[in-house]
Amino acid sequence: MEILVCVKRVPDTAENEISVNSSGSDIERGDLVYSVNEWDNYAVEEAIQIRDKVGGIVTVVSVGDADSEEVLRREMAMGADKGILLSDDAFAGSDGKGLATILKAEIVKGKYDLVFTGAQADDGAGQIGGMLAAMLDWPYASLVNRIELLDDKKIKIGREIAGGNQEINEIDLPCVLSIQTGINEPRYVGIRGIRKVASVEIPVHGASDLGVNPGSVGKAAAGVSRVDYFVPALGKGAELLEGSIEEKVEKLVELLKSKGGIK
Amino acid sequence: MALQIFAYILHKDGVIDDTALEMVAAAGKLDPAASLTAIVVGSKTDTVCNSLITSFKEVWKIDNDALSYPNSEVIRGLLTRVIPKGSTVLFALDPFGMDIGPGLSIKLESAYIPDAVGFGGIEGGKLKAVRQEYGGQVSTHVLCDISGGAVITIRAGAFRAAEASGAGGAVVDKTADALTGGLPGGARRFIEIVQAEVGDVDITKSEILVSVGRGIGEQENIEIIKELAKAVGGDVSCSRPIVDAKWLEKSRQVGTSGLTVKPKVYMALGISGSFQHLGGIKGSPFIVAVNKNPKAPIFQVAEIGVIEDLLEFVPMLTKKINEMK
Repeated sequence: MEILVCVKRVPDTAENEISVNSSGSDIERGDLVYSVNEWDNYAVEEAIQIRDKVGGIVTVVSVGDADSEEVLRREMAMGADKGILLSDDAFAGSDGKGLATILKAEIVKGKYDLVFTGAQADDGAGQIGGMLAAMLDWPYASLVNRIELLDDKKIKIGREIAGGNQEINEIDLPCVLSIQTGINEPRYVGIRGIRKVASVEIPVHGASDLGVNPGSVGKAAAGVSRVDYFVPALGKGAELLEGSIEEKVEKLVELLKSKGGIK
Repeated sequence: MALQIFAYILHKDGVIDDTALEMVAAAGKLDPAASLTAIVVGSKTDTVCNSLITSFKEVWKIDNDALSYPNSEVIRGLLTRVIPKGSTVLFALDPFGMDIGPGLSIKLESAYIPDAVGFGGIEGGKLKAVRQEYGGQVSTHVLCDISGGAVITIRAGAFRAAEASGAGGAVVDKTADALTGGLPGGARRFIEIVQAEVGDVDITKSEILVSVGRGIGEQENIEIIKELAKAVGGDVSCSRPIVDAKWLEKSRQVGTSGLTVKPKVYMALGISGSFQHLGGIKGSPFIVAVNKNPKAPIFQVAEIGVIEDLLEFVPMLTKKINEMK
């Protein structure tokens, strides 16, 4: 199997509190810790497990600036065979359709059986996989939490649907799948693994390498663009307990008693 | 010019999903002058279609035995045949909407807005929509050129459902148009639904839930949650990352991809409060949130918030409750 996994470098929400900058033009990026998008990690692990079972090559690809090289290297340390960085000034500010256009141009240069994306990334859009598949005219399934290989023409997949139930489908190859967390347990990547791939060359493909018209991607071509960021106000907000930690414990015990929270 | 809006209706076993009336409200926010059409795809959908005419001026029906299960690859092909270019098409954000939306926007050559939670008007062919990023920690306004149409997924619960009232609509059978050229989408074939496993405790019946999330850090720390649950006489539940890490069974997971619970008291410990998690909490329980991140969205919906590290706070709370007894 030739498998391509699309990955994205994102602020790590487990490590950062995300806040809005003073002008509201962006999130505060000063002290952010970045990592690979959590969903993508599961997608890479799944690709590696399939390759280890039936042979083949796992390639990881990212659209981004030079910083994105570090997440490609991390996924190669996990076990991906190759990395490709798609980078060009013309790509900056692309919307979902622009990103899918760039990725499609790379995909048609290869001979992939499977293309994976994470089910979503930091912006919660979950759109790249479905757009890519439609552009390629390949079948697509989202929220995939199980993959079973049938033969070299088709696979069986499980999709996560409401209530913890699973929808089983058969899907022809080549196809695009968006991978949901929990499908596997991504392996740990140590410093040693990262050192091993530190000097592997990662090719960088720009608009002209890909045959992408620079006017069809990037900020100018984006039909969807962010205007500003702000802090959401969903409800009236919690009453925050004040005082020392002991005082908070006491207050909470009283509240729980009065609300039937202690039987 | 008024928008032409289509709302895709989710239904199961003849029952219309709550999001149908939320889409009526969302369409009204998008463009009060819009012409709004419901689309119903399935098999034996007459009851569904006939009850929708109170809320929609027009209901398009695509009905065939081969459509008894909503396979999004098939339905995308059908919709591409019947929906005019330039239309605005609404889906509820659920596993079906997420499956069909992005690809349909490519096929209709229109814009795609995922997971909209609000609309701020249209100016010069550009729609202002509200979305959330980073698990709900920040919101953003997006501007979207909808002059060529749009596919929009709507977050369940984000728009207050409209009253079902006398739209006096009519059902239009579009089956023949949609199926001209045969059944599309044959490269993905639905096989079956595997039902979720039933656990040892039914958390949907629990009155007190002590729920744990990513903030617990390590598997061995789950023990302090179990001890608190025992002290208060409640059951342990959790958010998705705990199940992904296989620290607790799927049957303990609260959320849209897990179970819907309706306790009297819900303690969210180290849970940030994504909308998928909150979507599984019904019946307006008394919610207590303990989290060391003051920006966690859970604090916007909880009654009581405690900004502390749960690893320190929870054992102290358990001890205090046990001393009282």
